Amino acid sequence: MDRGTILQFTNCKILRDHVIQKEDLWVRDGKIIDPEKVFFDEKVISAKKFDCLGTLIVPGFIDLQINGGFGVDFSHNTSDSERGLAKVAHGLLAHGVTSFCPTLVTSKPHIYREVLPKLKPQQGGRHGATILGVHLEGPFISKQKKGAHDEDTIASLTEGCKSLLDVYGQLDNASIVTLAPELPGADEAIQWLTKKGITVSLGHSMANLQEGIHAVLQGATFITHLFNAMLPFHHRDPGLVGLLSADMPKDRTVYYGIISDGVHTHPAALRIAYRVHPKGIVLVTDAISALGLEAGTHKIGQMSVEIRDQKAFVAGTDTLCGSIASMNDCVKHFKVASGCSTVEAIEAATLHPAQVLGLHKRKGTLSYGADADFVMLEPENLSVLSTFIAGECVYTK
Amino acid sequence: MRLVILDSSSEVANWSAKYVLKKITQFKPGPDNYFVLGLPTGGTPLGMYKKLIEFHKAGRISFKYVKTFNMDEYVGLPRDHPESYHYYMWNNFFKHIDIDPKNAHVLDGNAPDLNAECESFERLIKEAGGVHLFIGGIGPDGHIAFNEPGSSLASRTRVKTLAQDTLEANARFFDNDMSKVPKQALTVGVATVMDAQEVMILITGTHKAFALYKAIEEGVNHMWTVSAFQQHPHTLMICDEDATLELRVKTVKYFKALSAVHHRLIEENSN
Repeated sequence: MDRGTILQFTNCKILRDHVIQKEDLWVRDGKIIDPEKVFFDEKVISAKKFDCLGTLIVPGFIDLQINGGFGVDFSHNTSDSERGLAKVAHGLLAHGVTSFCPTLVTSKPHIYREVLPKLKPQQGGRHGATILGVHLEGPFISKQKKGAHDEDTIASLTEGCKSLLDVYGQLDNASIVTLAPELPGADEAIQWLTKKGITVSLGHSMANLQEGIHAVLQGATFITHLFNAMLPFHHRDPGLVGLLSADMPKDRTVYYGIISDGVHTHPAALRIAYRVHPKGIVLVTDAISALGLEAGTHKIGQMSVEIRDQKAFVAGTDTLCGSIASMNDCVKHFKVASGCSTVEAIEAATLHPAQVLGLHKRKGTLSYGADADFVMLEPENLSVLSTFIAGECVYTK
Repeated sequence: MRLVILDSSSEVANWSAKYVLKKITQFKPGPDNYFVLGLPTGGTPLGMYKKLIEFHKAGRISFKYVKTFNMDEYVGLPRDHPESYHYYMWNNFFKHIDIDPKNAHVLDGNAPDLNAECESFERLIKEAGGVHLFIGGIGPDGHIAFNEPGSSLASRTRVKTLAQDTLEANARFFDNDMSKVPKQALTVGVATVMDAQEVMILITGTHKAFALYKAIEEGVNHMWTVSAFQQHPHTLMICDEDATLELRVKTVKYFKALSAVHHRLIEENSN
């Protein structure tokens, strides 16, 4: 597409300013533009009209927690990281995801040193979704709440930022670190990461509410897969879950990731979280390498995974081995399960994750000046019909 | 003068849009032959714009060879403010039609030199060959554009300081905060509109009834600036029943008796 060409997406509804409205979307040089300015200041008309056939245009989905997909596991596929990353980035376009944070689970220091420099932030396009930076989930987590993470690899945070650098090597490509705030040294680590512009997320933790509030005051802004790998809600100590309704200074919003795949979070729990704190909800897939694979048995690394009924099992058993719901499915499920509006369901996968990373002026929105990353949805069932990055169509069903 | 009395404001919208449609169609505009339209903002003409957009979408009218000149704009109001007339015209009309932005003229209330902006507006109208049809609405005090009571009937496009009454009436659009209400506006003068070949004024609602009475039953008076159009050779006033409440029965009966003649003005395939 030539530089300066104005595209007018017409015959559509768009999500802007928290409202779905009958409006055209105007794009130039990869950005969303204000057509009124162009009309009165530049006195030019759109060069190319694009008939959207009545579809709903919303910002592209942003996934802050995804371990892999399409047969690739970011934490295990260490020798061939770039190719694996590219494969996932490309596959996600069909799910309406235009940017994401590849996630590394608790790993040994040499793995971080090998893999982390290769998972570089990268502008998306036809080749795949934009890579925003790595989500480092661990290894500074609680042994009691390790979930599927390897207990022997869990590291101590006693020396604060020195511990971080000793384990990770470098943090240039990181955008989120999930840690347990009750660990000794966590305060210093949270402050240091926050200063570097890295989002601190609380998770895999035994923290009580006091420890959670303290961590937020140090700079943490996110909770990793709410309900999973943390203390269950108790009425005398609501734990990290209590952060959703805790008294907090007005300028702090705590966001929380939630896996809305219909399996990992019960619809009733989903509704509780959503009703208490609707502005903080962030849909994450937390998907494993089996995301995007056909039904049947697959050999992934050392593991045999069987996909049936859109769930992933350890082959030959009924043991779930992780989430494989696409972001598009999570949005649909969240809307049905929570009874929220379409706007709220979409913003939980667009605006809110962008806010977590402080990118909400550029991503997760169709406001003027933002990146033209968007998806066209079937207006009734919200299925992805096509995906655009920087104004370019990168996927069509 | 013609006064067309219709049952409701939606009929006023319909009628006036059909009139514009017919005028432009008959004119047969083309690359060397532009139709020049003067345009108002506000609540009254909104329905007319909606209808014109409908006609455009149905392929019955094109604005490709139409030049437009808007009556007025606030001074110093950001253009993307919902009360700015740029915002109004873009959202309610221009973005829906095929007008060339080069031909859509709205006074720039943020111009560095406001007087020069007004002079250039007058010049542009002259260069376009004058306005064929100027459409206007009126305020309850009988003002046309921002030519408030007491404005000279010989006025041209200029900077106008707004009356206290107008500021107070406008406060509701600016969070009821008087300090946010623009104190000045750029407006075409009464004489600028008088120069048009034809003037069509839309008046709807009971709150405009007294102004309509002043406009057509009393003498020409700068305290009711719209009354100046009594002296225009081709003035067409379109009103609804509500707006006639202050008129004499005789006046209403006279103009209603002419309704058959008036309706011929918007018939298709006639002259």
